[in-house]
Amino acid sequence: MDKPFAITLDPGSSLANRTGSWRTFRPEYLDRLPPCNAACPAGENIQGWLFHAESGDYEKAWQSLVENNPLPAIMGRVCYHPCEGGCNRQHVDSAVGINSVERFLGDEARKQGWKFAPPAASTGKRVLVVGSGPAGLSAAYHLTRLGHQAVIYEAAPLAGGMMRFGIPKYRLPREVLDAEIKRLTDFGVELHLQTKVADVLQAMKDGFDAVFLGVGAHIAKRAYIPAGDANKVLDAVAVLRGMEGHDAPMLGRKVVVYGGGNTAIDVARTARRLGAEEAIIVYRRTRDKMPAHDFEVEEALQEGISIKWLSTIKEAGESDIMVEKMALDDKGFPQPTGEFERIEADSVVLALGQDADLSLLENVPGLVVEGGLIQVDAGMMTGHPGVFAGGDMAGSERTVTVAVGHGKKAARAIDAWLRGEVYAPPPKPEIATIERMNSWYYSDAPKTMRPVLDIIRRQSTFEEVLGGLDESNALFEARRCMSCGNCFECDNCYGVCPDNAVIKLGPGKRFRFNYDYCKGCGICAAECPCGAIRMVAEEN
Amino acid sequence: MLKQTEGSRAVAEAVAMCRPEVICAYPISPQTHIVEALGEMVKDGTLSPCEFINVESEFAAMSVAIGSAAAGARSYTATASQGLLFMAEAVYNASGLGLPIVMTVANRAIGAPINIWNDHSDALSQRDSGWLQLFAETNQEALDLHIQAFRLAEELSLPVMVCMDGFILTHAYERVDMPTQAQVDAYLPKYVPRQVLDPGEPVSIGAMVGPEAFMEVRYLAHAKQMEALELIPSYAAEFKSVFGRDSGGLTHTYRTEDAETIIVAMGSVLGTIKDVIDEMREEGHKIGVLGITLFRPFPLARVRESLQGAKRVVVLEKSMAVGLGGILSTNVRMALSGLHMHGYTVIAGLGGRAITKKSLHGLFRQAGQDALEPLTFLDLDWNMVNKQLEREKAHRRSGPVAENLLRDVGVVAARNY
Amino acid sequence: MSFQPVKFYQTGTFTVGNRLLPPEERSVQASAKRFNSINSGHRACQGCGEALGARYAIDAAMEATDGQVIAANATGCLEVFSTPYPETSWQIPWIHSLFGNTAAVATGIAAALKVKGLSQNPKTRVVAQGGDGGTTDIGFGCLSGMFERNDDVLYICYDNGGYMNTGVQRSSATPPAARTATTMAVGPEPGNVFGQGKFVPAIAMAHNIPYVATATVADLRDLEAKVRRAMEFRGARYIHILVPCPLGWGTPSQDTIKMARLAKETGIFPVFEAEHGEIKSVLAIRRPLPVEDYLRPQKRYAHLFGKTPALATIAHIQELADRNIRKYGLQARKEGH
Ligand SMILES: Cc1cc2nc3c(=O)[nH]c(=O)nc-3n(C[C@H](O)[C@H](O)[C@H](O)COP(=O)(O)OP(=O)(O)OC[C@H]3O[C@@H](n4cnc5c(N)ncnc54)[C@H](O)[C@@H]3O)c2cc1C
Ligand SMILES: Cc1ncc(C[n+]2csc(CCOP(=O)(O)OP(=O)(O)O)c2C)c(N)n1
Ligand code: SF4
Ligand code: SF4
Ligand code: SF4
Ligand SMILES: [Mg+2]
Repeated sequence: MDKPFAITLDPGSSLANRTGSWRTFRPEYLDRLPPCNAACPAGENIQGWLFHAESGDYEKAWQSLVENNPLPAIMGRVCYHPCEGGCNRQHVDSAVGINSVERFLGDEARKQGWKFAPPAASTGKRVLVVGSGPAGLSAAYHLTRLGHQAVIYEAAPLAGGMMRFGIPKYRLPREVLDAEIKRLTDFGVELHLQTKVADVLQAMKDGFDAVFLGVGAHIAKRAYIPAGDANKVLDAVAVLRGMEGHDAPMLGRKVVVYGGGNTAIDVARTARRLGAEEAIIVYRRTRDKMPAHDFEVEEALQEGISIKWLSTIKEAGESDIMVEKMALDDKGFPQPTGEFERIEADSVVLALGQDADLSLLENVPGLVVEGGLIQVDAGMMTGHPGVFAGGDMAGSERTVTVAVGHGKKAARAIDAWLRGEVYAPPPKPEIATIERMNSWYYSDAPKTMRPVLDIIRRQSTFEEVLGGLDESNALFEARRCMSCGNCFECDNCYGVCPDNAVIKLGPGKRFRFNYDYCKGCGICAAECPCGAIRMVAEEN
Repeated sequence: MLKQTEGSRAVAEAVAMCRPEVICAYPISPQTHIVEALGEMVKDGTLSPCEFINVESEFAAMSVAIGSAAAGARSYTATASQGLLFMAEAVYNASGLGLPIVMTVANRAIGAPINIWNDHSDALSQRDSGWLQLFAETNQEALDLHIQAFRLAEELSLPVMVCMDGFILTHAYERVDMPTQAQVDAYLPKYVPRQVLDPGEPVSIGAMVGPEAFMEVRYLAHAKQMEALELIPSYAAEFKSVFGRDSGGLTHTYRTEDAETIIVAMGSVLGTIKDVIDEMREEGHKIGVLGITLFRPFPLARVRESLQGAKRVVVLEKSMAVGLGGILSTNVRMALSGLHMHGYTVIAGLGGRAITKKSLHGLFRQAGQDALEPLTFLDLDWNMVNKQLEREKAHRRSGPVAENLLRDVGVVAARNY
Repeated sequence: MSFQPVKFYQTGTFTVGNRLLPPEERSVQASAKRFNSINSGHRACQGCGEALGARYAIDAAMEATDGQVIAANATGCLEVFSTPYPETSWQIPWIHSLFGNTAAVATGIAAALKVKGLSQNPKTRVVAQGGDGGTTDIGFGCLSGMFERNDDVLYICYDNGGYMNTGVQRSSATPPAARTATTMAVGPEPGNVFGQGKFVPAIAMAHNIPYVATATVADLRDLEAKVRRAMEFRGARYIHILVPCPLGWGTPSQDTIKMARLAKETGIFPVFEAEHGEIKSVLAIRRPLPVEDYLRPQKRYAHLFGKTPALATIAHIQELADRNIRKYGLQARKEGH
């Protein structure tokens, strides 16, 4: 075409005009820390594994999950999911059912027989792990991944620690526990049962380069209650441990449980299932002060368990107990009122917490113990070089998840220590708070509820109470994830830039800014649903 | 083929033979008959393929033509007077974009006062619009010029205005020699646009041009128009070889060879002037006439050449530059710069005022004696004018001029106009 | 509903793309191969809604026609920032003629295509585009003529509520109370007066043309669906797109889409589509908000939020929004899944 001068121009020639020079702020992609990940004591990359689940690639999702936590089927049942408490979706409708998807993945892995990715090349180092509770299992797993030989010494005849001897079956079916433990031993973790470690430094002489202690806290705390001989005063840990034996504990028709933690609830619910007509929890404070989780209290109440708030047990008689009413003082502490009441009881179970048995550490120099807890540094190392510890014995927050997290952290620190280094965790990026996101883009999608076992069977059997999600539910739930702080390739930035200054790199490759043309308007950052773009002032 | 027909009809048929592809129509006298005839031909299928579009204004008419021409269709419209002014912005735009639109202007006065009769104020108001402007003397020439106009427009990629006197030509039944379709096809090649909106080869037409290149763009438009001065004579010659008659060209001279007095004029008035000249020649007056066919670009050299032998030049024009005098005469004067001769501007025939042979005889005789005012208004009723001027001196607000004048000549009830 | 909501809750239907959707169901803008009908390097202000809206709309039209679009463009920001000599941003055949004649120029192009048989095969289609001034004011005559003749043109109005290119003056699409350079925030009734202005989509509907729709840059999928739908018709079609202007509205450049969203969510700007003069669907409000949320961030309404807030004026604007909500049935409804 013989174009007239100046008034007719060649297509797209404006590329010669580099509008990037207008910019005073530049957009940058970044990964912010999703609040769920930040809240997960096991340090799971939740958003990361949900990303794969969203596209239906459950195996990849599971593989991504087990990079941090080897026990998804267990976690999906017993974890108190603090992640969901942090989940930003609660500001939109309700938190993502992370835990239920985790369970779905864990169960799917069992069904499909998925295996862990092969470990790193052997380092020739051997690490002793004392205890096969979640802390020990996690440490052993991560050590194995890193190429070390992990050897567990477990005093009990079965592995699992409190997951087996504490948490009741109706919450954690034993085949689930067994399967996940078996996967670990298949992976190369050496497990020696009925091998109690009495002296840890002695045990290390079996050719170990380091040791991780995860012995838990198994010694029941007692409270002094004057009691007639005939009356049965038992402790919760013993009762629950008894559930794993051949003969179920004899608790009688009317059972009183003393305490306000999860253990108290579990014992009461176990008692109901064992046939107790009445199971009463006696707790000295009010419901909102109770350490047990709300949902557990709720489930217990549904199962017919009653709770006596603001009450302490003064004495235990032959077939009853005496309870004193309490009143909260202005600081919120319960104070005796002098008002008494008698309650019928065939047995009293004390669920007042546990202390750790630290006898195996008696002649280890350098250890510091405070409030019954062994003190560790940021890498879970005790005051004695090469001796690491985690789980209930080392932390005041006693959950399976914390224990798993401790095990992982310790394994990484041990790995560094074995190489003569100090483990430096990667710096944590800033948290993707809801204010950094643009929640407009997420359509309403309320949380999917897991099926619950019907109430009659909950009162009489040890069948699992809470069901799992099926595939379509799980997919739905996974897709509720807002991918906080991490690009999920929604193409918004690519689409909303008035200057076409975002380059799409293709599936899985994310995007790049074209700073030749980006004018720095900030629309991309404002419209990124998940807050994966920030605006940074230009130097000049 | 010889045929007795109305001027508008003749033009419509000639335009149709040029195979326009888009015609935009909006009514305004005295151009209506042309587009009406074309509309009928499109509707009954004689002119096909062609899109005939009844637009909502002249502004739209020219704008539609801009669009269709830019998309590569041969485009035509017609207008007059107020219509031409209403489309003015688009008139300039069409030439600025270099779009070869052909438009008939059936010349008519411009209001207020509104007046439907002939003069050249409308076309001449657009003299700087960048369009080529051709003025027809007769209906025959009007139809011939349209055929040449398409050729010219498309060759230069510039729009062309063919001006013909409203009513005097458009509504006159005269004998014309209608060309055949084969002749027109032989003369007018298919339209190959210089630039076209085409998804296969996208361009942006109509960029914003700043001071860095605007002067150059303007100069190029001028240079392009000047090319027409070369092209037109050759197209006229070619026209003659195909159609067998002289039509178009830059100018026409009549009995100017030895003329001491040369009249300069445009359009149909040339016929009357020629009659008067013939009569005066009989009486021995050395007088001739130069008819301007191409007003834009103005054929300066040709005009100078034609006039330089004369003692005096009388420009008789149907237009007026209020506050200055003549428009055509100003252009003619430019052609004569440096030559020593008498020059007279005669404003005549505004708003349809008849230009009679009698008046012209008087005028030309006076001119021959160099007894004319440099600026003369032919047949102006000085009595009427003076009364109003007096009135205005007396009362600052003396009411609408037109109505006062009408009252003076006895046409009352002016209020209901 | 002009488009099918997709049940992927992670991204809902609101993001530009969605890696979970099959590619053919994603938006045009999500594609790495989109046309970018208006290229980088244009000179629009940072965050210009009009630049964005134009790419959204024209790319969608290109997609719907296999790249066979010719555009006519009115004078205004879009024209000025896209084609200053010696560079143009347009990658499609494009013409700018004048401020007030765009609809007519498009008619001419459509006529040319028709007469040459190009509107049939290959199907080259014509889009006319202009600002609100070029559409609702100076170009209104030509627009109405094009509608009335039912010419085969899709006219797109980018409404930024004023004559922005000439320095933010009032147009007949400037909303009441808004400050512009010709409706200053002074005197007893500061800003643009109430009871004036026109809503051209309704006027377009009164022409009974095949398709009329409104859209905003905040609802891309809706916008694209409307362009696609418009391209299914022959004859005159009109889409009126709200395109916030950071400069004229006095809003931060990053809030362009947010402002469009607020205009829709408050009911200030009804988003709907109509066929042959009848409303066919509306985009319901998702999260109802008071107009104040829309007004407050804009400097052109700053005079409403001075030391003594202009409560009556705000209430008046709220009434207008409420009337839109009633009239077009924009009430929020439950999102299904
Ligand atoms: C009734 C009950 C219910 C609970 N419910 C939940 C729940 O739902 N969710 C949750 O997150 N947490 C729950 N917890 C808490 C959770 O079980 C513990 O925090 C967690 O198991 C601690 O893990 P660990 O590895 O530190 O210790 P443990 O699980 O206690 O494991 C320690 C292991 O070390 C072994 N061991 C001890 N001493 C030696 C030794 N000297 N030599 C060799 N082996 C030794 C023990 O036999 C045991 O197997 C519950 C606890 C109880 C008691
Ligand atoms: C006939 C005419 N009148 C006035 C102008 C001046 N003018 C150019 S652009 C413009 C404003 C355009 O406003 P709008 O159509 O709303 O587009 P925007 O710039 O806001 O996108 C004006 C008034 C002009 N170019 N032509
Ligand atoms: S806008 Fe979407 S594609 Fe862009 S960074 Fe954010 S999540 Fe990723
Ligand atoms: S939207 Fe585009 S121009 Fe604006 S900051 Fe982002 S990349 Fe730059
Ligand atoms: S003034 Fe407004 S419409 Fe014009 S380029 Fe700037 S932001 Fe866009
Ligand atoms: Mg505007």
